[in-house]
Formats: sequence, C-alpha cells, structure tokens
Amino acid sequence: MLRGAITIALLLAAWEYFARSGIFSRAITPPLETIAVALVSMIADGSIFRHTLATMLRVAIGLAIALAIAIPLGMLMGRYALWERILRPAVAVLMPIPSLAWVPLVVLWFGIGNVATVLIVVYASTFSLLYNVWMGVKTINPIWVRAAQVMNAHGWRLFRHVIWPAALPSIITGIRLAFGRAWIAVIGGELLASPQWGLGKLIFDAKEFLNADTMLAALFVIGVLGLFFERVVFQLLERATVNRWGMASGARR
Amino acid sequence: MAKRIDLRHVTLRYVTDTREVLAVDDVSFTVAESEFLCLLGPSGCGKTTIMNMIAGFLSPTHGDVLIGGARLDGTKHDRGVVFQDFAQLFPWRTARRNVEFGLEMRNVPKAQRKDTALEFLRLVGLADFADVYPHQLSGGMQQRVAIARAIAYSPGVLLMDEPFAALDAMTRDEMQRLVNDVWQETKKTVVYVTHNVAEAVYLGDRVVVLDAHPGRVKAEIPLDLPRPRDPLSATFVEAQRTILGHLGMQH
Repeated sequence: MLRGAITIALLLAAWEYFARSGIFSRAITPPLETIAVALVSMIADGSIFRHTLATMLRVAIGLAIALAIAIPLGMLMGRYALWERILRPAVAVLMPIPSLAWVPLVVLWFGIGNVATVLIVVYASTFSLLYNVWMGVKTINPIWVRAAQVMNAHGWRLFRHVIWPAALPSIITGIRLAFGRAWIAVIGGELLASPQWGLGKLIFDAKEFLNADTMLAALFVIGVLGLFFERVVFQLLERATVNRWGMASGARR
Repeated sequence: MAKRIDLRHVTLRYVTDTREVLAVDDVSFTVAESEFLCLLGPSGCGKTTIMNMIAGFLSPTHGDVLIGGARLDGTKHDRGVVFQDFAQLFPWRTARRNVEFGLEMRNVPKAQRKDTALEFLRLVGLADFADVYPHQLSGGMQQRVAIARAIAYSPGVLLMDEPFAALDAMTRDEMQRLVNDVWQETKKTVVYVTHNVAEAVYLGDRVVVLDAHPGRVKAEIPLDLPRPRDPLSATFVEAQRTILGHLGMQH
C-alpha cells in the first residue's frame, strides 16, 4: 500500500517537472495545480459526479448483461461437449474483433446514445469473461465432481454447489479482465457514440476548447476509479471467497 | 442399512490409440452385508478400475455389478467414496459443511444436518475442527473429514481407494485404527483398495488378491483374527505370509 503511494507520488512529481519544463506550452501541459483547480471547479458545480455516474452506470449495465450472457454459456461450454462444439467457432471469430470497430455499425443501427455505448461495453467484456468461465469450468478438479455425484448431486444442484464455487477463481479473474475491458470500451464508446454525459464525453468536449486541464482531471478520475475497483472491490471479493478457501494461486497447498 | 455387493463376470476393455487393453478379466466376488473386504494387488491389477465400476464411474464391458441385489443405474447412488487424493474435499466448504453435503443433497433439514455432521466429525476425532476450511487441515485430517463425509449420509456401501497411501507411516497406522473403530461402530459394507499387505490384514474380513495384466482374481483369503488386530502377533504375521505367497512375493 505504501509502496503504491510512493509510485503514484513519483508519477505526479514527474508530471509536474515535465509540465514546468517548458517543452510544451503550459496551456497543453498544465501543472498539477491547474488540473486540481479544474477538478475542484467540476466538483463544485457537480458536473464531474454526473459524468462519472453516467459512465459508471454504462459500465455496470454493460457488465451485468455480459455476466448474464457469459456465465451460463461459459458453464455450458465447459461442461458439455455439444455446447462447446456449437459455440467455440463463434467465440473464435468474434473475440479478436476490437469492440470499438463495431461503433460505426452500432451507431447506424441504434443511433447515438446510451444503447450504443452499453452495447459496446457488452461486446468488450463478454468474451474475456466467457473464455475464463469456460476454461475455469473445464479445468475443475474432476474429483470434486465425482465426489459430488456419488452423493447424488446432479443437474442444477451440481452446478450450484460444486461447479460454480470450483470455477470461481477463474470466474473472478474473468470479471476482473472484463471490467478492465469494459472501462476501456466505455470511454471509447462515449468519445465516438457521444451521449450527453460521461467521462469520455467530458474529455472529447474539452478537446474542442483545448482545455487540457479538464482532460487531465477526467483522466485522473478514471485512474482513481480503476484503482479503487482493482484494489478495493476485487480484493475484498477475493478475500471473502477464493483466498479464504485456499484456492487462490499461490495460497494453494 | 448395509448392502451386499455382487460382481458377476465383470470384464473391462478399453481402446487406446494403438491397442485394445483388457484391464479387468472376468472378475466375480461377493461382499456380504457389513463385511470389510480388501482388494489387494500390485499396480496394474485393475483394483482401482474395479472400485470405479462399483462406484458407477465406469461401466463394465461385460458382466454386472449389483448393490443390494440391484443393478447400478447411474443416478440413484447409494455409495460413499473416499479417494486417495486429499483434494477430494470441497475447499469452499468448512469441514462440517463438507460432511453435510450428502445430507443436503438428500434434503435433510438444516438443524438435523448440522447435528449429524458434528456427530460424524466427533466419530473421526475432529469435532474441534468443524468450522475450519480444508486447506487449514493436515493431510491425515483431510482424509478423516472425507471418511466422515462418506459415511454421514448413511450409504449402503463404503468404497475406499487407497485413502492413506499418501500419508506418512505413523499417521497411516493411526488412520487404520480409526477405520477399524469406525467400521466396528457403523458396520458398513466396505470395499477397501490397497497394495499394502499389512493394511489388508489389519482391516479385512476377507482379502481378494488380484493378479495384474489383465486384472484377475488370484485368491480369496478369509481372515478371522480377533479385532483390534495386533500386527506383531504370530497369527497376523502368518496371514501376511500367506497373502505374500499368493502375490508371488514370498522369500
């Protein structure tokens, strides 16, 4: 935690040095103080919260849809060869396409707005999640399944009580990756599919007026939120589950 | 509650890339109700394969496996299984919740489930470790939880596949005493797979000695030594000598 703080302090100091070095004009590389002022003014008028909330909502809805698609399909693929045969080619074709490449088409179909942006987020996050659930279920220790089956766990109960918890380490990794991709996609989606609010939109609008301080303030907020989810939300989730069960890699004996 | 097991002319063949393998060749034997039967043989004799067929993990190519006089149908299991691998416990459940698993699948109410689980954890000497996760337990303790889990939901037969092979010698002796005590208390029908002659003589009412490549029954040796058995007594050593003779390893 302390080491992380030192790294961040060094990064900020390096920026400050660069900003004041005069390589670029102050207008396009503003020092920390100017960025802070921009941030504070956006906090004061509440606009930053509105932008952040809009972005977070798109990520949350997109991720929720991705989870609803990827978890059941990934489990079926990992467990049943038939489902794997049917879906594997589709995954192989769709997964490598960058989600932002879909933006023009999605905008064509659904117009500019929330639907388009959320769909981009769904596309970006579904596949890494699906892949992790699929592989996680496939590589479960078969002895757990056998032990459960002799004790009459079949069908839904086998999924609920054995396959789900057994695959949870991979599923959490999948959610982590999916979150990262969703976060990238939402900013890109907001830039290109331009709804009214959102951190991506904020950056794009600021560009029109060469407000580098606003852009950097928005980047700062994006960074802080990413850090918060990675270090707080996901770590708590892991601590309550896989770490506690001794299933996290490294803690395994 | 204990059920008898019949194997009738059980044969298992499987095909690899290059050839067909006869793993188990026309094996027949019966395990009486509440009998403790040891399946003993060198590696490659198909003892684990036979156990997997009794457990329903594999189907014989020919022949029948009957439990309580009925054929296995794949879904209605009435068997408790203890594997060699310590990883058989569900790491996401505490010791008690592991033992409760089979009861949960039988829709036993929560309070009753808990009581039963604690009772069986007490039977294997782990009452104080009920709320501990498997990764916090030693290998021997994990196997004890596995035994408690396998018998807690009161199966007709208990199958054990070299459950102590990966333990150190001292812990293994302790576990064998425990299995003996638990069996005398619960009187399950037990099939116990091992390659350890002393272990078979310590635990079995009867030892079925298997031959390897292909797996066949070579001899059936009844053991009527009084329990608990004394591994240093003359009769115990004599029984080991007889079995070693059948294995073709007598010096």
